[in-house]
Amino acid sequence: MSSRLFKISVFIVSLMPAVALVYGLLNDQLGANPIETLTRDTGEWALRFLLITLAVSPLRLLFSWHFLAAIRRMLGLYSFFYASVHMLLYVWLDQFFNLSDIINDIIERPFITVGVINFLALIPLALTSSDAMVKRLGTERWNRLHSLVYYIGIGGVIHFFMLVKKDITEPVIYIAILAVLLGIRLYRYSRRTLIAT
Amino acid sequence: MHFKNNKLGLLKEHDVTDEKLYLNRRQFINKAALLATATALPSVAWAESNDAPSPTYKHLQKSPFSASEALTDYEAVTTYNNFYEFGVGKDDPAKNATAFPDKSEPWRVVIEGECDNPGEYDLDDLMKPFTLEERIYRLRCVEGWSMVIPWHGFSLADLLKQAKPNSKAKYVEFHTLYNPQQMPGQQSSVLQWPYVEGLRIDEAMNPLSFLATGLYGNDLLGQNGAPLRLVTPWKYGFKSIKSITQIRFVEKQPVSSWMKAGPAEYGFYSNVNPDVSHPRWSQARERRIGEFLKRKTELFNGYQEQVAHLYTDMDLKKHF
Repeated sequence: MSSRLFKISVFIVSLMPAVALVYGLLNDQLGANPIETLTRDTGEWALRFLLITLAVSPLRLLFSWHFLAAIRRMLGLYSFFYASVHMLLYVWLDQFFNLSDIINDIIERPFITVGVINFLALIPLALTSSDAMVKRLGTERWNRLHSLVYYIGIGGVIHFFMLVKKDITEPVIYIAILAVLLGIRLYRYSRRTLIAT
Repeated sequence: MHFKNNKLGLLKEHDVTDEKLYLNRRQFINKAALLATATALPSVAWAESNDAPSPTYKHLQKSPFSASEALTDYEAVTTYNNFYEFGVGKDDPAKNATAFPDKSEPWRVVIEGECDNPGEYDLDDLMKPFTLEERIYRLRCVEGWSMVIPWHGFSLADLLKQAKPNSKAKYVEFHTLYNPQQMPGQQSSVLQWPYVEGLRIDEAMNPLSFLATGLYGNDLLGQNGAPLRLVTPWKYGFKSIKSITQIRFVEKQPVSSWMKAGPAEYGFYSNVNPDVSHPRWSQARERRIGEFLKRKTELFNGYQEQVAHLYTDMDLKKHF
């Protein structure tokens, strides 16, 4: 498969969750509380794409799947896309654009605080995702800025963990996946520094 | 074989009904149907607007406590449920409680504790003295959504009085059935089983406190807490314990399942209160299922008139 075809395929597949949600909404298949379903599902897809993005480097490292490098940016931007829809649904259908309500909510509910900070942190990463921005910032500065993604990953799973009522199975699965992805990086980092010294 | 009996091929011209006559007859049927619905209206006002199956209980006694708001669709009432005994997802109970309760054996209810007339009853015998009454109540879930549901059943106080509670009966404790075979969710330890709830005796004796045996004119479905559930409409939904097998008069305040699960999040009283927020859910507003905009949540879910006097000297922020 050519790299271009590969990219297009990934683009289409990544869009499918959004297509399914819109289809479900139009055909009344999202249950009795469709707004809740939309909010929850877009949030989960944002987290999934974030973890998939974070899996690219470990997969290259472990299995030399270097073709994944071509889609990493797209996956990251998909995470931002689902997070933006998630955020829009909250601001619109949960708070109806009432600024003072939103501020109160951010202060009052810790999982909202974490979620909002997380979303704000994603914005500079999305804005600097182009090749031109990498050039302008210089690789080193760009890398430093984009290491924010690790904290966003941690924030994302915490946000999910805090919002579930009692059954923590799902967030714990995400935490475990994130731990593995970050663990591989830490292991590699510690080996490297060991060799260096 | 089937097509051989198709009469269309055998019809002769004189057999065909004149179109005008046909239309008249159609009009007549329509009118008759309309008339029938109209006469049925006073007893089953909701039947025409909803996707509910036709009611088995058509002549339920009306109640002055009934809300006159638009009812939540039957579909939503029976598919969007919190009933962890059948799974933690909202649609799990409707999927997993189809065979519940096991109709082959009678449902037993124990009434015991600080009372002079304890006993163990078949639900049918327990219900016998009471006339089924309809109560259209608002239901406000702690998660920030709400419904309006036409329950039927009988007053909790009427049942409790028969047991003759003594002076030590300060609280009433309720238990849900414990049976992991029938209730697969109980095989997981997401909550401590059996599910326990409680009311202060004056709350239990308040005329709003209701034991429901059905909704929308039919017997309760498993996912809604069949065959017997509590409904306390001024409290968050989780207080309305489902599938009750035990009612016990006690002296000390019971510890409910949710209090055990999260003492900082769920209090004993759990009265609907827009000014006391939960760490995960602001309680100021709610989404009425089926509506797009959110509405303001009322203190005691709008039942101040009936219940506010129960809490006059209490700090509701402390006793949440």
